[in-house]
Amino acid sequence: MIKRFTVILLLTGLATIFIGLALGYVPDGSLNQSARYYAENTVSDTGAANIVTAIIVTYRGLDTLGEVTVLFLTAAIVGLVLTRGAKAGKGKPMLASGELLSTGAGLLVPLILLLGVYVFVNGHLTPGGGFQGGAILASGIMLVLLSDPMKDFSHRLIAVIESVSGLVFITVGILGILLGAGFLDNNLLPLGKLGELFSAGTIPLVYSLVGLKVGAEFSSMLVNLSETEGS
Amino acid sequence: MIASIAIAAGFGLILIGLYGALTNRNMLRMVVSFTVANTGVNLVLVAVGHMYGRTAPILDTAVPVAEAASRIIDPIPQALVLTAIVIGVGITALMLAYVYRLHQTKHSLDISKYTELKW
Repeated sequence: MIKRFTVILLLTGLATIFIGLALGYVPDGSLNQSARYYAENTVSDTGAANIVTAIIVTYRGLDTLGEVTVLFLTAAIVGLVLTRGAKAGKGKPMLASGELLSTGAGLLVPLILLLGVYVFVNGHLTPGGGFQGGAILASGIMLVLLSDPMKDFSHRLIAVIESVSGLVFITVGILGILLGAGFLDNNLLPLGKLGELFSAGTIPLVYSLVGLKVGAEFSSMLVNLSETEGS
Repeated sequence: MIASIAIAAGFGLILIGLYGALTNRNMLRMVVSFTVANTGVNLVLVAVGHMYGRTAPILDTAVPVAEAASRIIDPIPQALVLTAIVIGVGITALMLAYVYRLHQTKHSLDISKYTELKW
């Protein structure tokens, strides 16, 4: 009882702060200084039509590398925590999944993978990008796992895709130091014409690599979580 | 107006999520509560970047470069939230993995059964 009371007291205090913040909130009338810089100079600096992508891949590319590293660590720790002493689910017969699910998965999975690739290849032009596309790829893998939980995914293949794309990502970044203005500089390739697929320098390349890497990491998490079933 | 509604909803989600995380004893429910609170934080951040009457920060023929500064909303909160969502997924996966391991040790999802670190 006293515990519940403390919780409610704490949340009431937090709510008071939030109400004060919400009532005192005045929307900005114009962009602040850094946003204005991005709005005016993104096209001349990077050639990308999607400013959010330009910020993530080029202006704050180092943060994205850190983010991908955090994801990699997460996937590695999930694998470490879950696979130790697991594999108990193997060999146990399971009910076959329904006709609808297995047929639907066979039909939809290639289309989902295609959509994921489309989303991350067009990250510099449309609202999309490597992280979103990678998540879509992993959702295709998830559909496969739902329709056939005992399917044997090759951990090796997932690991190879992940490490190769990570390695090429860092290589492109270091090439930027050697040949361009700095780490992850995107002017290595010609900037091209605004709005075309092959434009914005290395942004499509880097974001596709991020997409593959994120997709492989999410897939390895899903496969690890699914292989623990039944144990 | 839309921004205020979204901010209020985001703060509400944060409070609901924290209440769930503090009062539930089932660890799976705590994980779900944390994701609800996480969604609330993301919603507040995106809403703060919203400006009335402006469009998404993507340049094309409808939003030429010359007018960009007066036509688009702030792109920085969106980039931040994109990062936050991805890290949130990672945190959720880690929490689920640890819940699974804890369940293997005592065959219970009740957090009050795990007293080893309690003082």
